[in-house]
Amino acid sequence: MRIESKDQFAAFQAQAREREAGRKKRVLVCCGTGCLATGAREVAEAFAYEIAERGLDVEIGLGVKSTGCHGFCERGPLVVFQPEGLLYTKVQAKRVPEIVEKTILGGEIIPGLLYKNPADNERIPAYEEIPFYKNQVRVAMRNIGRIDPTDLTDAVAHDAYAGLAKALFEMTPDEVLDEVETSGQRGRGGAGFYTARKWRSCKAAPGDRRFVLCNGDEGDPGAFKDRSIMEGDPHSVLEGMIIGAYALGAHDGYIYVRDEYPLAVVNLQAAIVEARKAGLLGENILGSGFDFDIRISRGGGAFVCGESSALMRSLAGKTGEPRAKYVHSTEKGLFDLPTVLNNVETWAGIGAIIHHGGAWFASMGTARSKGTKAFSLVGKVKNTGLIELPMGTTLRHIIYDIGGGVLKDRPFKAVQTGGPSGGCIPENLLDLPVDYERLTEAGSMMGSGGMIVMDDRTCMVDVARYFLAFLTEESCGKCVPCREGLKQMLGIFDALVEGRGRQGDIERIETLAAGMQLGSLCELGKSAPNPVLSTLKYFRSEYEAHIADRACPAGICRDLTAFEIMDDCDGCHVCFKACPTNAIEGTIKELHVIHHDLCISCGACLDVCPTDSIRTFPKIELAVREVV
Amino acid sequence: MAEQPCVDLSKTEAILGSYPHEEPSLIQVLQDVHRAYNYLPCDVLVRVAEVLEVPLAKVFSVSTFYKAFSLEPQGDTIIKVCTGTACHIRGAGQLVEELERKLGIGAGETTEDLKFTVKTVNCVGACAMAPVMIVGEKYWGGAKPARMSRYLAEGGSDEN
Ligand SMILES: Cc1cc2nc3c(=O)[nH]c(=O)nc-3n(C[C@H](O)[C@H](O)[C@H](O)COP(=O)(O)O)c2cc1C
Ligand code: FES
Repeated sequence: MRIESKDQFAAFQAQAREREAGRKKRVLVCCGTGCLATGAREVAEAFAYEIAERGLDVEIGLGVKSTGCHGFCERGPLVVFQPEGLLYTKVQAKRVPEIVEKTILGGEIIPGLLYKNPADNERIPAYEEIPFYKNQVRVAMRNIGRIDPTDLTDAVAHDAYAGLAKALFEMTPDEVLDEVETSGQRGRGGAGFYTARKWRSCKAAPGDRRFVLCNGDEGDPGAFKDRSIMEGDPHSVLEGMIIGAYALGAHDGYIYVRDEYPLAVVNLQAAIVEARKAGLLGENILGSGFDFDIRISRGGGAFVCGESSALMRSLAGKTGEPRAKYVHSTEKGLFDLPTVLNNVETWAGIGAIIHHGGAWFASMGTARSKGTKAFSLVGKVKNTGLIELPMGTTLRHIIYDIGGGVLKDRPFKAVQTGGPSGGCIPENLLDLPVDYERLTEAGSMMGSGGMIVMDDRTCMVDVARYFLAFLTEESCGKCVPCREGLKQMLGIFDALVEGRGRQGDIERIETLAAGMQLGSLCELGKSAPNPVLSTLKYFRSEYEAHIADRACPAGICRDLTAFEIMDDCDGCHVCFKACPTNAIEGTIKELHVIHHDLCISCGACLDVCPTDSIRTFPKIELAVREVV
Repeated sequence: MAEQPCVDLSKTEAILGSYPHEEPSLIQVLQDVHRAYNYLPCDVLVRVAEVLEVPLAKVFSVSTFYKAFSLEPQGDTIIKVCTGTACHIRGAGQLVEELERKLGIGAGETTEDLKFTVKTVNCVGACAMAPVMIVGEKYWGGAKPARMSRYLAEGGSDEN
């Protein structure tokens, strides 16, 4: 059906909501990348089979639908029962008949499948009561996990395209711009540029053809909020882009999706096809006379292509090398025409801003960072997953109240934000309210919203080396300070982790960093020293230990670390099985020992030891022992 | 460079037929070609350059710039180990080492019998389940070196 007027859209909306209200019982199976990995598709199929077999869809109006990522991936597959809002975690296909029998037909809760709060081991039935969800405020991710991403009617029942209809029929393009300005929204892809300011500068550029682009490259390792939005609510991205195009008078849009996100491409493509059919995309949108269409372009697996000028070159079929920034892409972007590029989450927020008003959005957040922000909370934290919170929430609240604290209650060491351009924030800054300015002041960055929690078993020199290795690989090689600076710096770090560090290395690193910040062509090189400088700033003693003592205090750097089993070992034999080189000897229920000549210091034994009976010590002490 | 085996160009023609013959199509065409042949054969690159009217040097430059492209034939099953930050701090390195012990190949290499190719990738967006490994199309979350044989045996055949 093609919608051709404001009234027809209103009728479609009413119909969609009615269908929604009429469907009482539902089973929602999360089918995001994370849950699919743990067998969600088999679970969804088992429910569909079981429900059809018992003729339940007629009986109680039960429909299985596959929702996008809830962000709670580690406990997948996740299943939500509506209208009760009951959540089951780690559901296996073979238990589906039992679940249908007991829970759906019998109204009985199966305690073993409920979420267990790691803070107090209590089981919580309702999904909205779980601290992980309860403390969130979702704007960009408003419909993720609530709608079937492949069903337009379902999305519309949850307010999708309501903002678009308002923009097209009740607002002029300039009024849309004003509303976005009132919201104070800033870009969610990294630098935090004001959205309205970017749009205005593009609109003021001469020429009558302009482009609207969506950056779905999400290159920061450890960040996956854009993936979940594209997979779980693709219509929110399309809606934002159409509204933006209307404000700018653009008729062509592209979404650049990274190669590693196949499901995002499939769901976006399906949404585009459906939106075109419904008259929400293409010519004469909703009968308003406005034309705009969107195409998807798959990236080729290059981190630098997330950078705006590189992305535009890549869209034009070229290698993704950035250009200098004195030419603004809002004036000369894709094919040298005026272009607006925004991040997935930025676009996803636009529909809600227009629908609820800019003032509503601006009522959340801090003085200069408005609204909410999505983060992926990962690493050594109990509850990993996607969260969205008002700007200004403290890191402590995020990591302890929502994340449930550090895995295995180990000591907290740092949280890494902002990906390879960001930095590591130490414990004494945990009360930092998270917004663009505060993170930058702390030597890190907002970036794509990855938050990687690190415990005492994380070596900060190794982390910095990791990002350098990543960036060395990903540097496009066009400018010398980035290409050579990274290589030289990585060389020094290799020496540090291998125990070949020399006095003066820290100063050499700082000199190189200053040169790269000053001389690099694009932000990749300019910000590349951030992980190094922030770890140096907060964890300098770890660097010094690597150089002066040839020791890795965290016991991670292999060339510097040896392992031994302490006397309280109860001989459970678990480490014996985990050791990849058979370096552990011992019979069950007796003290085990590690043979240092066979040990490769991988730490597999320490990670599995249930009694914490394995300790690390500097490898150079081994030589001393042999002497005595 | 080793002699490339002659390949059937008809698949290339079909792919080229579905895109406008201009430079912006290049990456999309190469992606489809890569999917069809599992790598970018030399003869195909020549043909793509000819049809899209892009200099062969540029086609080559794009083919080597992006990580998704391989100029060498790849194994039937591609094993991707995520070495993104979340996976790194949860032990992705040990997975790569275990693969090296089991298959005798490092990251970026292919077994001689063309069964497996091992690659490392930077975050597949499933960080909550780190460390993550993808064998064929099958994702394994919370992957452990000790379970590697199982991943290799089950991975390729699963349709998930
Ligand atoms: C090396 C590099 C990588 C980047 N990667 C991404 C990315 O993956 N996703 C993204 O949205 N922005 C990325 N950016 C930021 C973009 O250049 C650009 O600022 C952003 O897409 C603009 O959208 P926004 O204003 O909505 O944030 C990257 C920047 C640099 C320098
Ligand atoms: S870091 Fe491995 S999936 Fe994100």
